Amino acid sequence: MGSCVGTARRVTGAVTVWLLMAPVAYAARISEISDTSTLDRALRFFSFSDPSLRYALAGSILLGICCGLMGAFLVVRKLALMGDALSHAVLPGVALGFLWNLTRDPLAIFVGAVAAGLLGAGTVQLIRQTTRHKEDAALGFVLASFYAVGICLFTMIQNLPGGNRSGLDKFMFGQAAAMGPQDVMLLAAVTLLAVGAIVLFYKELKITSFDPGFARSTGLGVQFFHYGLMLLLAFAIVASLQAVGVVLVSAMLVIPAAAAYLLTDRFGIMLLLAALFGLGSGAIGAFLSFVGRSLPTGPLMVLAATTVFVLALLFGPRHGIVARWWRQTSRSARVRRENTLKAIYQVLEASAFATDQVTVKDLADRRRETIEEIEHQVAKLKRHGLATLSSTGDAACLTPAGWQRACEIVRNHRLWELYLTNAARMAPDHVHDDAEEIEHILGEANVQALERRLNYSRKDPHGKMIPGIEDIHAGRAASRDTDRATGFGGNS
Amino acid sequence: MNESERVIAPLEVHDLTVTYHKRPVLYGIDLEVTPGKLIGIIGPNGAGKSTLIKAIMGLIKPVSGWVKIFGTPYAENSHRVGYVPQRESVDWDFPVNVMEVVLMGRYGKVGLCRRPSKADRDVASECLEKVKMLPYANRQIGNLSGGQQQRVFLARALAQESDLYLMDEPFVGVDAATETAIIDILRELKSRGKTLLVVHHDLASAKEYFDELILLNMRLVAFGATRDVFTPEVLQTTYGGRLTILSEVVQALGESK
Repeated sequence: MGSCVGTARRVTGAVTVWLLMAPVAYAARISEISDTSTLDRALRFFSFSDPSLRYALAGSILLGICCGLMGAFLVVRKLALMGDALSHAVLPGVALGFLWNLTRDPLAIFVGAVAAGLLGAGTVQLIRQTTRHKEDAALGFVLASFYAVGICLFTMIQNLPGGNRSGLDKFMFGQAAAMGPQDVMLLAAVTLLAVGAIVLFYKELKITSFDPGFARSTGLGVQFFHYGLMLLLAFAIVASLQAVGVVLVSAMLVIPAAAAYLLTDRFGIMLLLAALFGLGSGAIGAFLSFVGRSLPTGPLMVLAATTVFVLALLFGPRHGIVARWWRQTSRSARVRRENTLKAIYQVLEASAFATDQVTVKDLADRRRETIEEIEHQVAKLKRHGLATLSSTGDAACLTPAGWQRACEIVRNHRLWELYLTNAARMAPDHVHDDAEEIEHILGEANVQALERRLNYSRKDPHGKMIPGIEDIHAGRAASRDTDRATGFGGNS
Repeated sequence: MNESERVIAPLEVHDLTVTYHKRPVLYGIDLEVTPGKLIGIIGPNGAGKSTLIKAIMGLIKPVSGWVKIFGTPYAENSHRVGYVPQRESVDWDFPVNVMEVVLMGRYGKVGLCRRPSKADRDVASECLEKVKMLPYANRQIGNLSGGQQQRVFLARALAQESDLYLMDEPFVGVDAATETAIIDILRELKSRGKTLLVVHHDLASAKEYFDELILLNMRLVAFGATRDVFTPEVLQTTYGGRLTILSEVVQALGESK
């Protein structure tokens, strides 16, 4: 999955940036006080008494929600690379916004950044339409070149006489501590706009993301929604620049949404989870930055988001790695049990169901395993209520439930062999291995279809009897030579 | 019915030419379709069959010519057209389930900014029932077989309650039972007076399924009742080969402009 590679790239980027830029990022720490213990600082955080902390926390939470929501659309529309390019393309706009008044005027910066973003998007389209280049090369070009221009402009600004020193580092890696009421209001406005647009146009956004061709055919303006989303994205990026920084804002866009994508099959839930994870990552980033003394907020938020992603990857209930491993292990155990049941049936059959007990030795011979292994297997069967062990420990007996499952497995195996020889015209000596696998997964519907197809035959290609439904329920089996039922635990 | 009242053609195409990177894909297509017919569109690979459907709906801009749906441009009557796209046009990993996909067919009726109502859900359920997919209503769409996915697309188009249906290869990669089920539904729609245009990939079944056939190979080779046009001569012309001279000249013309 392309977005997984992209996410991994972002995570590596985050850690590298953090390690390399620690001295520079020192400037981005939230709290100046250096003399209190970690616990004290943690308590101070939750008392919310620090005004700069309140703005930083509010801003981080809003940014998390906003980026999470926009990111969900990027992930499902496969536009993560676009988000990355856009977030880097705005840097020259920020610099020009700076230069407008030589102050940190949020409005000028906002306008400049959005203009740069639109210019970047327009350049991408131009390259795609007039040259052979595809979208990824065009995005790569715009990302790198605009970013380079932005860096040059920023360096120029820093070297101006009276030029603000508070330029480059803060917009590169984010300084949540420096957020004032205006920045938070801007973020609040953008978040409100995003939430409003999503609530109002939910189904239109969903259908244009899922099947734009069909949406167009119904007369819906697919392009309008695409450009609208891109514009909202630009707003979200620019409003978040202050807190997370240019380098990592794309990570806050993609990672919470990527984690949400792993956990649900419903788009609405995905949006909610993405917003929630974004909110959480923002808050945790702010908290960790406040508690640790010289830690930058941007990378911390991203690392929090990354942790959530890794947890979702490992422990997601449906697609998580742990869940899948668990399902696989249970399945192998079940197959093993069923093979043992089948072996018991076959041993019983070999003696024409004269007794209902099999010795462990006979089982070991049939399965070609050691006595210890068989005893281990029978103990497992006992735990599942499928068999009982005799008091001497050297013979096993099937319970009714075990009998039923054994009959079903043997029936599945022989039915399948018959089907392959008759319908698929396979040679009788080729069908065994296939049946060994299929017997465990044949569902009831398929079994009934097979029985009908094979006209309820009673014998498999090797001449053995196929247990039928009456045998299972009555706890008896047809013997090898006659059709008369004999055997296990039953009334004759 | 009033004698002076002309039956409006569900679809009228005039001199439609579509190019792709200056190469002609459709050249001078003229069509007029009468209502209540099940029409197959057949031709070799690359003949422009999908392109024709997309150009009719305005998804692809033609270089020349026009299309009228029930006498007006597509945009004005788009609500009267139902569309079943090709299966690979969609991302099947999208987090959405079968019921939600079929409900999308109702969005045109629901209108902008509003939520689907209970009545819309009932219609969606009925359509799912018709294609025998109601038990799968809550399943994520990636968890379905090819035939099941195709049936969900069909249910979505049925939920649109249209008069003209355009279908792009609905039988590709579909099991025999599903194919029979789909053709039964199409015939039922036809009996209710709907018009259906179906891009089809298989010659043998085309003869059996459709009342009329459009034979396409960049240009319109033939259009008429199946028994009239399904002849060796016409098939030879359709499948015999591309008109390379026409193709190259038109491309050169486009590049010179």
